Order: sequence, then structure tokens, then C-alpha cells
Amino acid sequence: MANAGNFSVRRLTGFTTIAIICFLSLYTPILTLVIFSFNAGTSIAIWEGFSWRWYERAWANEQVQEAALRSLQIASFAAIVATTFATMAAIATTRTRPFRGLTAIYAFVNTPLMVPEIVTAIALLIFFASIKVATGYTGLGYLLAAHTAFCIPFAYLPIRARLESMDLTLETAAADLYATPWRAFTRVTLPLLWPGIIGGLMLAFVISLDDVVITELVKSAGQETLPTYMLGQFRRVVTPEMNAISAVFLGISILIVTLFFFLTRKRN
Amino acid sequence: MPEVDKADRRPAIEAKNVSKVFQGAAQDRVTALDAVSVTIRENEFFTLLGPSGCGKTTLLRLIAGFDFPTEGEILLYGEDIAPLPPHKRPVNTVFQSYALFPHMTVGQNIGFGLEMLGKSKAETAARVDQMLKLVQMQELKNRRTSQISGGQQQRVALARALAPHPKVLLLDEPLSALDYKLRKEMQIELKRLQHETGITFIFVTQDQEEALTMSDRIAVMSRGKILQIGSPREIYDRPAERFVANFIGETNFLEGDTVSTQADRAMVRLPGGATVDAGLPQGLKPSGKVTVVVRPEHADIVKAGQPATLAGALSNIVYFGTDTHFHVALDTGGEFIVRHQNSRGNESAFAVGEKVGIAFEPDAAQVLRD
Ligand SMILES: Nc1ncnc2c1ncn2[C@@H]1O[C@H](COP(=O)(O)OP(=O)(O)OP(=O)(O)O)[C@@H](O)[C@H]1O
Ligand SMILES: [Mg+2]
Repeated sequence: MANAGNFSVRRLTGFTTIAIICFLSLYTPILTLVIFSFNAGTSIAIWEGFSWRWYERAWANEQVQEAALRSLQIASFAAIVATTFATMAAIATTRTRPFRGLTAIYAFVNTPLMVPEIVTAIALLIFFASIKVATGYTGLGYLLAAHTAFCIPFAYLPIRARLESMDLTLETAAADLYATPWRAFTRVTLPLLWPGIIGGLMLAFVISLDDVVITELVKSAGQETLPTYMLGQFRRVVTPEMNAISAVFLGISILIVTLFFFLTRKRN
Repeated sequence: MPEVDKADRRPAIEAKNVSKVFQGAAQDRVTALDAVSVTIRENEFFTLLGPSGCGKTTLLRLIAGFDFPTEGEILLYGEDIAPLPPHKRPVNTVFQSYALFPHMTVGQNIGFGLEMLGKSKAETAARVDQMLKLVQMQELKNRRTSQISGGQQQRVALARALAPHPKVLLLDEPLSALDYKLRKEMQIELKRLQHETGITFIFVTQDQEEALTMSDRIAVMSRGKILQIGSPREIYDRPAERFVANFIGETNFLEGDTVSTQADRAMVRLPGGATVDAGLPQGLKPSGKVTVVVRPEHADIVKAGQPATLAGALSNIVYFGTDTHFHVALDTGGEFIVRHQNSRGNESAFAVGEKVGIAFEPDAAQVLRD
């Protein structure tokens, strides 16, 4: 680190300017959106004073309630199931001797991160369509399955990171102290893995909650989630009610992601 | 304490021709242990001494069951332990890194083994308190292991491994992370614990002084082999191999010719013409050229003209407080170091450059097997 003290990216000409422009272009629209959610008028561009009316209205809107509830149901289910699978996959890929096909499994688990979302969405659409034709089932199952699938790699990453940074001699010590492999897992590995699992759970939850593209293509009639409902509304009249829903949605996402960072940083 | 003769005790661990080969990437194979045979007796404080990478940890891991020998077998009280997984072996380990469970308190760590053995809550609690007392840590029972010092962690690791009262305790360089003073304290502490519990200790260290002060017997290892096994005295006074002589303490090496041999002694003619009666390693029948070692404190420096085994000129005098080292340039070439214990009134009567003789104490010389 010979140059660490001398070189600073901050001294490059124009760095500050560029940074400010980046931040402004990222956050000005979001800030504007949040500000206008408090607009007393019906415009999303002309300020007419402060009010909570759009929040009240969104809160009372039955369609919003229904979509939000569905979003939460799907996200909870997908996060829990995906995290369970991801935990098993992470243990299988870090706590066994390297075996043939291990790389293939890594690739397999992580593929959803690389495949363009729209491609996954179309593939699922076609696949599920044929099942629908064959079985006639049009329930929430398709959305649950799809969300679970694309959440797995997101849940897998923090869990695997945690497992890899864990001191293996702790598990050896447990075995030395008469713990069967199962008890060594439940008494030592699992408790130490919790931050990773919670992290994976929250990441998967947010990813599922935010998803638009796959949901839009996979959902059956009347299965709006909050994001697809909002998308639908924007095609019609836009009132600050949308801003209010967006602001709440944003708040929840930020909260979960912040928690995630705290959990994964602490106790290392 | 009466010194019991541990030589007639039952064997606790017997390693028979144990080899361990690690198959690395591509073609390279590492022979970590090469046909090691050793018998460790019940209640013995047995030390594996050797430099980094000589296979000490590997041998412990085979005994604990974390790895399996490529060849050979390991017996625990006469029974082959190969079929037993680590959690079924009545053997506990004190890990070099301590490996304390960070999500448990000191007390929970110590009780872990007992809990896994299915002991009742009351029994576990009583034993944990007893162990805490044994390592003098009662007041820290409810602390997290991250909230105690290195020396205290060391004690917890010891207590945790001793709590289930294993038949054999394995200690992998348990003191190497401690500072000098604490290490000295823990050495005494370990000896005391071993004495009080009566458990067989297999102790690993790279520190020859630690090995000499603590052990009943020492096995000196190098490159996957055990070179010599013996009491600290035997190892120090009667090194059988050049490596052992070099690794433990300071030594003078002399080349000589065998004149005659008996059962365990040989007459060796040294450069300069003097003949010494030297000890032989077990089973060695030397002939022709041999190497003889003499410890610096087993020789004396005398004025020229007095009866002596070797002759030379004093090239350097180094004062060490407790003793003084005389460096003598031998007339026949090479250097010989004599260590002289200092005491009041025996200030050196020698000066650098002076012609001197070197007289050996009886039984000072030992022939090496090389
Ligand atoms: N899992 C392994 N795979 C390949 N080689 C190994 C493995 N474990 C140990 N070795 C090699 O075996 C040899 C002996 O290792 P070991 O850990 O037993 O040495 P050691 O005497 O304990 O050394 P130290 O005093 O440094 O701990 C070394 O050359 C080491 O590189
Ligand atoms: Mg080692």
C-alpha cells in the first residue's frame, strides 16, 4: 500500500462535480416523488401545500390493500422457501469435499442472476401456460414458484459468504467434544450462520417484493401485486396517491436493506 | 510428590507404522507422516517436538479421528480406533487456535462435551464448576469467550477439553500464542493439571525448552519421522541423531575414528590423538569414521599443559550472566564451545588468545547415528 496515503480519487479533476451530478440525477427524482406525495392538490408537479390526504386515500383503497397483501404473502413465502433451499445449497457447496460437478452446481444456483429477467419471464410464461392448459389451475402457485426460484441465488450469496468466513475448527471442535454431525450442525454451525440466513431472507424478501417483469408476465387475472398494480395505474390517471404508495414502498425497501447491511456487517 | 515409574504403565496410545500421504493438486504428494511407530503410556506427559511442518498436527489429527492414516493402525488401550468417528473417541483436543464457541459463554463452552455425552443438567453444572475451579476461572463463568484475554481463553479451552475426562488429551501447541511470562505460568499449570487429573497428555511444541521442562518422554520429529524417543535427560544427554543434537540445546560436533566397541559404548580417537569413551545410540555398531557430540557444559577449560582431551587457543569469551561461554579454536581446526557456570569468586582466569586445554567430564561424549 505504498501509495495509499498519496493517491486519492477525490483529487482527480472534476471528481466532485461528477459525483454531485450523479447523486443529483439519482436522488432528485426520488426526492421530488416523496415531496409531491404530500401535495394538497391533485397534481404531481404543482405544489399546493402540505397534506396527508393521499396517504389516507391510498390506505383506504381496497385495490391497494389487496395488492399489498398479496405482495407480502408472495414475498414471505418466496423468501422463506428460497432461503431454506439456499441454506442447503450453501452447506452442500462449502461443507463437503470438492466433488465433480461442484462448479456446475455453482453455475446452476447463480444462473438466474445472469439470465435477463425478461427472458426468464417469457420462459416462465410459456412454461406455466402449458401447465395451465393441461391442469386448468390458475391459482397463486405460479407466482409463488416463480418468485421462489429467482430469489434463491440472492438468498444463497450472504449465506455462502458467512459459511466461508466461518472457522472450520469450530465444527471440528464440536465433533471432538462428542457432538454427532447433526448436533454439531444445530448447536454450532446453525447459530453462527443465523446472521447469514437472516440476511439471505431479507434480501430475498426485498427482491420478491420489488419484482415487476416476471410477476407481470406470470400472474393470472386478478393477481396484482403492489408493483404491477402501480404500473397499471400509471397507464391511466396519475395522482399523488401513486407518490404516496411509492414513498411507503420505498421506505419499506430501505428499511429492510439497511437492516440487512447491519446484520451482515456486525458480529464478524 | 513421589515419582511413580511410568514405564510399567499400560499403553494408552499405540501407533503402528502409521503413514499419512496427502494427495495435493496435480501430481504432488506430501508424506506428512512416514511409518511412525510410538507407544504412549497411561498417565504419561508425552511431547511431540519438532520444527514446523514435521507432521505433529497430522499425528494428533489421526489420533483424534479428524483424518485417517494412509497406512498403519492406531490403538487406544489395545483397540483399533479406525472405525470410530471423532465424536465416539474418548479423546479430546486443545486446539492451537482454541476454537472456543463464540456464541456460548465460558460455562457453556466447558459444559458442551458433557451435554453431548448426555449427562444430566445437574451433573454437567457440577462438573463445569469443578473445572472452572481447577483452572481458576470461577468468576468468568458467564462471560462471552470474546470478552476474556488470550490466557483466559487458553484456560477455557483446557477446561473444555478436560471436562468430559477423556482417556487422552491432545494439546496442539497450546501455549504458542501466549507471551513469555504467561507461557511459563501455563507450563507449570499444565503439569499440575496433568498430575491432578491423571489423564494422558500428548503435547505438541516446537519449543525444546518447553519440551524438556514439562515432559515425561519426548519424541523428536523431523520430516514425518520420529527420530528419537526418550526422557528429556536421554534426549538431551544422549542425542542419537545429528538433527536431535542440533535441534535441542547447543552442541559441539567432533569427527573421530572408532577404536573399539562394546555393547553400548565405544572408544573413539579424536583429532589431536586423545581417545574418549563415548556412549552409543541403541543398536549402533560403528566402525571407521564417526561423529561425536559433547554438550558445552559437559566440558571444562583448563590451562595449557594440564591434562586435557583437546587443545586450542581461546578465541572469544562471552559473558551471559548465569554462565560464560569460552570459544576455543581447536589446533586441529574447528571451534569448540565450553560453558562455565558463573559463581562468586570464580571470575575468569583466562584471556582471549591464550593457549588452553579442554577436559571432558566422564561420559560427556556421545556417538551419533549418521
Ligand atoms: N490437508 C493437507 N493437505 C496437504 N498437505 C497437508 C495437509 N495437512 C498438512 N499437510 C502437510 O503435511 C506436512 C505436515 O503438516 P503438519 O500440520 O502436521 O505439521 P506440523 O508439524 O503440525 O507443523 P506446525 O508446527 O507448523 O503446526 C506439511 O508439509 C503440510 O504442508
Ligand atoms: Mg501444527
